[in-house]
Amino acid sequence: MQTSKSSRRVERKRVLLGTDPIINVSVLLLTGIGILLVYAATRDWFAANGQDPEYYLKRQLLNVIIGLALAYGVTLIDYRLLRAYTPIIWGLGVLGLLLVLIPGVGSIVNGARSWISFPGGFQIQPAEIAKLTIIVGMALILAERDAGAKHPTDRQVLYSLLVAAVPILLIVAQPDLGTVLIISASVIAIIATSGAKLRWVIGLIVLGISGAYLAVVSGEVSEYQLNRLRSFVDPFADPQATGYQLRQARITIGSGGLFGKGLFEGPQTNGRFVPEQQTDFIFTVAGEELGFLGSSLILILYLLILMRAFAIARRSNEIFGRIVTVGVIAWFSFQIFQNIGMTMGLMPMTGVPLPFLSYGGSSMFANMIGIGLLQNVYQRSR
Amino acid sequence: MRDRTSTAVLVAQVFVISLMIALFGRLFYLQIADGPRYQEAALDIQSRDIVTPALRGLIVDISGEKLATNKAGLMVTADRSILDQQNDDGKVVLERVSQILKLEFSDVFARTRLCGELPKEERNGCWTGNRYQPIPITKEATEEQVLKIVERSDQFPGIGAEPVSIRNYPSKSDERATHILGYVGPITEDDLNNELGKKYYRNELVGKAGIELQYDEALRGTPGVRTVIVNNKESVTRESKNIAPIPGNHLVLNINAKLQAAVEKELRDSVFRARANGYRGDSGAAVVMDLKGRVLAMASYPDYDLNIWENGITVRQAKELYSERSGVPALSRAIQGSFAPASAFKVVSLAAAGAANYNLANTYNCPSEVTFGDRTFRNYDSKPAGRINLVTAMAISCDSIWYQIAYDEWVRDGGLKPKPNPNDNFFKAAAGFGVGKRTGIDLPSEVKGRLPDREWKKSWYSRNKEFFCDYQARAQKSQLTPYLIALARENCLDGDRVRAGDMVNFSIGQGDVLMTPIQMAVMYGAIANGGNLMKPKIARAIVSPTNRVIKEMEPEVTGKLTVPDSTLELLKRSLRAVVTSGTARGVFSGLQAEVSGKTGTGQVFGRNLDGSAKDDTSWFASYAPAKKPKYVVVMMVSQGGFGATTSGAGVRRIYEYIFGENGKKAIFPNGPVSEIPTIDSKTS
Repeated sequence: MQTSKSSRRVERKRVLLGTDPIINVSVLLLTGIGILLVYAATRDWFAANGQDPEYYLKRQLLNVIIGLALAYGVTLIDYRLLRAYTPIIWGLGVLGLLLVLIPGVGSIVNGARSWISFPGGFQIQPAEIAKLTIIVGMALILAERDAGAKHPTDRQVLYSLLVAAVPILLIVAQPDLGTVLIISASVIAIIATSGAKLRWVIGLIVLGISGAYLAVVSGEVSEYQLNRLRSFVDPFADPQATGYQLRQARITIGSGGLFGKGLFEGPQTNGRFVPEQQTDFIFTVAGEELGFLGSSLILILYLLILMRAFAIARRSNEIFGRIVTVGVIAWFSFQIFQNIGMTMGLMPMTGVPLPFLSYGGSSMFANMIGIGLLQNVYQRSR
Repeated sequence: MRDRTSTAVLVAQVFVISLMIALFGRLFYLQIADGPRYQEAALDIQSRDIVTPALRGLIVDISGEKLATNKAGLMVTADRSILDQQNDDGKVVLERVSQILKLEFSDVFARTRLCGELPKEERNGCWTGNRYQPIPITKEATEEQVLKIVERSDQFPGIGAEPVSIRNYPSKSDERATHILGYVGPITEDDLNNELGKKYYRNELVGKAGIELQYDEALRGTPGVRTVIVNNKESVTRESKNIAPIPGNHLVLNINAKLQAAVEKELRDSVFRARANGYRGDSGAAVVMDLKGRVLAMASYPDYDLNIWENGITVRQAKELYSERSGVPALSRAIQGSFAPASAFKVVSLAAAGAANYNLANTYNCPSEVTFGDRTFRNYDSKPAGRINLVTAMAISCDSIWYQIAYDEWVRDGGLKPKPNPNDNFFKAAAGFGVGKRTGIDLPSEVKGRLPDREWKKSWYSRNKEFFCDYQARAQKSQLTPYLIALARENCLDGDRVRAGDMVNFSIGQGDVLMTPIQMAVMYGAIANGGNLMKPKIARAIVSPTNRVIKEMEPEVTGKLTVPDSTLELLKRSLRAVVTSGTARGVFSGLQAEVSGKTGTGQVFGRNLDGSAKDDTSWFASYAPAKKPKYVVVMMVSQGGFGATTSGAGVRRIYEYIFGENGKKAIFPNGPVSEIPTIDSKTS
């Protein structure tokens, strides 16, 4: 009894040591900065309304703790277990995506029906679960090969695409085009990494572009989203709504200058001139209060995680780990680029949160599980 | 195939790195390269200036009586940005407001329209400010009315109420001084954009006309500015600076309110007298000045109550201000009305004759008419007076002597082929008296009249040549009379030259020469004071709220007459003779004060709106007492008929007020007053 307990402790210690420390530190720093920024974005606002100014701080802290636990949990999972659970989780994710489309179950936020609300103010976003299950599910299918086979068969590619297509179509229906864009990028990266024939990759890219075009033409893209696109092109076109938001975001970041206004000291942030500051526009808080130096630090931390992830992908000697890693990289990097790019006017407005920084449980958990997957592959490749 | 996977990973890595570089680049551009611009934009978003207008300085007359004050009012405003969001653009709300305020809906509606959003002809009473400031509907709401609105604020979206200080013109002595004082109004976009270095705030009131405009900077003071930092809900999070307003300075005028009231009354009576005598009498002006150029009273008829501006002008009132039918009350005839000076101009001709070396002591023949070439010029009354001296010629207002002299001078200068350096004694004499030049009175928009000299002729010709040379085609049908056609042909041929007829008409103040009443006053003042053309001054001094004199307006000489003393003496004798034995004898008989002056009855070409021919302009220009002059009084009644009976009689009665005759109390028992009074700032 005594020995088995101590041996387990040793085992755990080994496991934790067997993770990439740079990723660990970067993620911890980012979530720490994120908690502070969420607090900075909400404390004055809540205090002014007579509510607990630390409300968001506490909730985000809890999100991070749960997220870290999930990440740690994922590092422990045997890949064979993944094989068993992934279809179930994928199914749950698809079910969730179906549920959000039912009026009364899914709640509309920013024009997209993407949340399931539970009593007590608890909400989950099935699309986040879908991201994970698509990456793992596709990897499982594509990695399955006969000994010596260098690339997946066309049938495998088709199956894997089917795994991705079902959730993607459901997310298109919400419509949450930001998430569609991110998942599509991951899908293409995964297919490319799997060693599938080049025509698959090219075909998917063409499909993605023409799909986007058709969506706009056929009216699948709502007026709401078109407005977002228009105000991206000309932020003054619709000064009250999205154009306003984008302009405010840009001004808020720009006014930070080199050193920023100091944490909690940003007048734009404290005046809440940028809507959704603690979620999708959290980077504006960093821009204003931490300035170019602080914002650059955030970008560098992201870059560190991504570069370490590439190293993991390269070092991994099994195709499954490599595909999962590249899938996660594509997901993270596109989501980061989409979100920060949006706040700085490089990308049109979509409602995707910034990994590790934005307030919110679902995305935090999904991101942390993504990190867990990276570390899992890292361990396996040692 | 391992290679393909590795390539994919490498491509992905390069792609991700470029994405991150793009983010870095953009971040650098926003925060470093373009940072200052965004910092400014952010400050714009967060800070709000709350402007407390300074209390406007008082305007008082020379005795300290208040002509313009401030009084507490309750302002009801409309916020267009909220009203426009209503389904009916706020019409129902405005209707409710008009009912409570007992105003016409059409007026309230017009008042809340931006001038820019209305077609030109519907702009009467419109709001000259912009959409983003509360637009005053009235500043004189009662507490009860405001309570009704505030208590049911849900029924009145966009309607606000606040206490304000409103400009008030109390007319304590029954004076109006409409065209002297002017009025205040909201700032316009032009004010905001045009001014050189002057900083205005949107909710400030600024002078729009008259003294209120001329001395706006002194009167306005410095508004207080509280800069606050606000959040997205516009609630104030902190204060960044707070500067208290500095009240404006007071302005003391040379005007005497009692005299002003008297002059206004006499001017009005003179206009009515003209009408009673069968003349149209459409408007008039009167000026009383001392010999230093201080304007003691100045009136223009028709006038209007200045308080309409702050009380909320109605569409009808606004229309009337500029309507010809009501006589354009907005126009100040004293400084903006140009009229042919007629015989009052003969002082110039006498000076010209002197300059041309005519022996002024001689007698000259005054026939009933003289003929030059094919044109005959008659005396006003077409009567001959025989050989008379120039004093008598002035007194009885003989024209033909001046015709003759002017014609001779014209011939001497070369006639239609003028010498290279013509003497131009008449033009030079007129210019010497300030004809054709603004007097420089401290009021905005003074006009300069017209001196139709050779240069003016040339420029007039170049402007009208095509019209006259193509008259048959361009003129209106009604203008195609044989006389006018002949005139046009003449004008086409040599309209660029001063012709005999021009010169002859000029000598009796007819033809193209035009003068304003204030110019006339300056001209007669120069004769009275021994040769100095004075700049007329309405304002006496700028005084601080604590009664410290900040600036005194000292008398200013703008020019000296070049007339020799002997000629000036002759002039004075002539002008005295006009009143004692000449054209003005009748209307001045019985007046103790010794007045010198000259009548003028100017013919006017052109027609009224109803097609009737215009009546003569009635002038009387004078000074008194004759031996030691102290006052200059000029009156002009447009379409008023004879100089003596209309204006002369009016001037006589003004002197009665000044000197205290005919049962009136002397306004200036000891001569004109120019001491700066102590101003009581407290009471309104």
